[in-house]
Amino acid sequence: MSTLTGTDVVEVRGLTRAFAGRRVLDGIDLQIRPGEIVALIGRSGSGKSTLLRILAGLDRDVTGEVRVNGTVAVAFQDARLLPWKRVRDNVALGLRHENRVQVAEAALTEVGLGDHFRAWPLTLSGGEAQRTSLARALVREPNLMLLDEPFGALDALTRLTMHQLVFDLWERHRPAILLVTHDVDEALALADRVVLLADGRIAHEEHVALDRPRDRDHPDLVGKRNRLLGELGVNTKGQVH
Amino acid sequence: MPGEQELEFAVSAIESDTPVLPNMGADQASVYTGTVQAGPIPARRRGYRPRSTRGARLISPIIVLIAWQLTHVFKLVSETKLPPPSYLVTTAYNLIFHATPAFGSLQDALLQSLERFALGFFIGGSIGVSLAVISALSRTGEAAVDPLLQMVRTVPLFGLVPVFIIWFGIGVEPKIMIVALAAAVPLYLNTYAGIRAIDGRLFELGKVLNLSRRELYKNVVFPGALPTALVGLRQSTGAALLALVVAEQINASGGLGFMINQADQFGRNDVILVALLVYTILGLLTDWIVRILERRALAWRTDLVIR
Repeated sequence: MSTLTGTDVVEVRGLTRAFAGRRVLDGIDLQIRPGEIVALIGRSGSGKSTLLRILAGLDRDVTGEVRVNGTVAVAFQDARLLPWKRVRDNVALGLRHENRVQVAEAALTEVGLGDHFRAWPLTLSGGEAQRTSLARALVREPNLMLLDEPFGALDALTRLTMHQLVFDLWERHRPAILLVTHDVDEALALADRVVLLADGRIAHEEHVALDRPRDRDHPDLVGKRNRLLGELGVNTKGQVH
Repeated sequence: MPGEQELEFAVSAIESDTPVLPNMGADQASVYTGTVQAGPIPARRRGYRPRSTRGARLISPIIVLIAWQLTHVFKLVSETKLPPPSYLVTTAYNLIFHATPAFGSLQDALLQSLERFALGFFIGGSIGVSLAVISALSRTGEAAVDPLLQMVRTVPLFGLVPVFIIWFGIGVEPKIMIVALAAAVPLYLNTYAGIRAIDGRLFELGKVLNLSRRELYKNVVFPGALPTALVGLRQSTGAALLALVVAEQINASGGLGFMINQADQFGRNDVILVALLVYTILGLLTDWIVRILERRALAWRTDLVIR
């Protein structure tokens, strides 16, 4: 690991992960700068979740160099709240400083759940659960937020408000974000850089320099979307090659 | 069960969709009936609705008592074979207020039994839960502990009594050990199953949040296993009470089991029945305590239901 410089939040070089001989990740190089939003897209099985799990420290059985500088927080697709803990205690879970409760309440207020401190997770809607999950990630003041398809299970409208929320939170706290998604539009709406994984390799990258919130039909985005969809093997009419 | 479901359906229909009857003029009443007929049938909600069943749970025991008394009123069974409840009340009264050398007093017997029960249950319960944690969370632990418990599980308690007397003497120890053993097994099995059933993704969450081992136990393992462990607790209290009866009828010098034994010698069917009834009351009582625990500990589930 000594060859890496340490200025980027994420430094990955030659990362390979094999399951039963099959290389799910095959020599990945990836840098993420502080405060950068990177979207990782790919078809299912392309290794994008595996990469996120490795960065989260959940999978260490790898070869290559992986370095994460700073604190990491994760928001999972399934929100993953402890059903037996009230929303506020879920957010404060694992914090050890004295004003953990106030911090948790502040974060919940920030994600729009100011009146749900004492609610049980099972009474929340899908969007509310994801907001709680974001609040839980936020209170850890991460340098890197890993979002594993956090909006995949939400309806289209809720998803749009969540995009806005993620952007607002990012503006205030400026963590680097790695967003794993299979939704090209979601990636283009949020990311500075879209990285496309295919067969365990980085097959394509698109940089997006537009201000957010972005107009979905901006001419720059249309071209990028078509290229990304093309790389994913889908033409613009939605047909698979 | 289908009957109960229908009843529940009806209850929820009344509660959720029917407005409280207004003070009715004739036209209001007709408007009201109109709403009911036109209104959609409310979907049955998930889970059970919390209803006040405290009083309802007494009804069936009371009906049994009445039927029992009636066997006496209509002279269906001889009094010596099955003394009626009214007769037993007198017996109980005498056992409480007029202690005899043969039987002692009911309250002393009850206290002795309770003490054995509590001690045995505490010891056995702690062992059962501790072993379950070891067995569920460590492969080595499981290999070491589980086969033993699976074997002990099938040993008949009756068969153990003479062995325990040889090992622990004829004092209070063998009785407590029998109760402990009976309490340990269901708590072990259910706590183990409860921990194993915890969603592995929650352990992953613990890792991501950097929870310490202690925090993981406190926040994930124990609360996650609790619903199933409480089932074990309920079974354990029952098993421990049964074991107590068995243990106390052998070489005891006090307690409810001893009282039953003595009454048997003296041909006092009524005393036996009173002692047995006290056991059943203990059963109700422990069940009640477990219910309270459940209501407290599983509030996060009932809230789901209320909403």
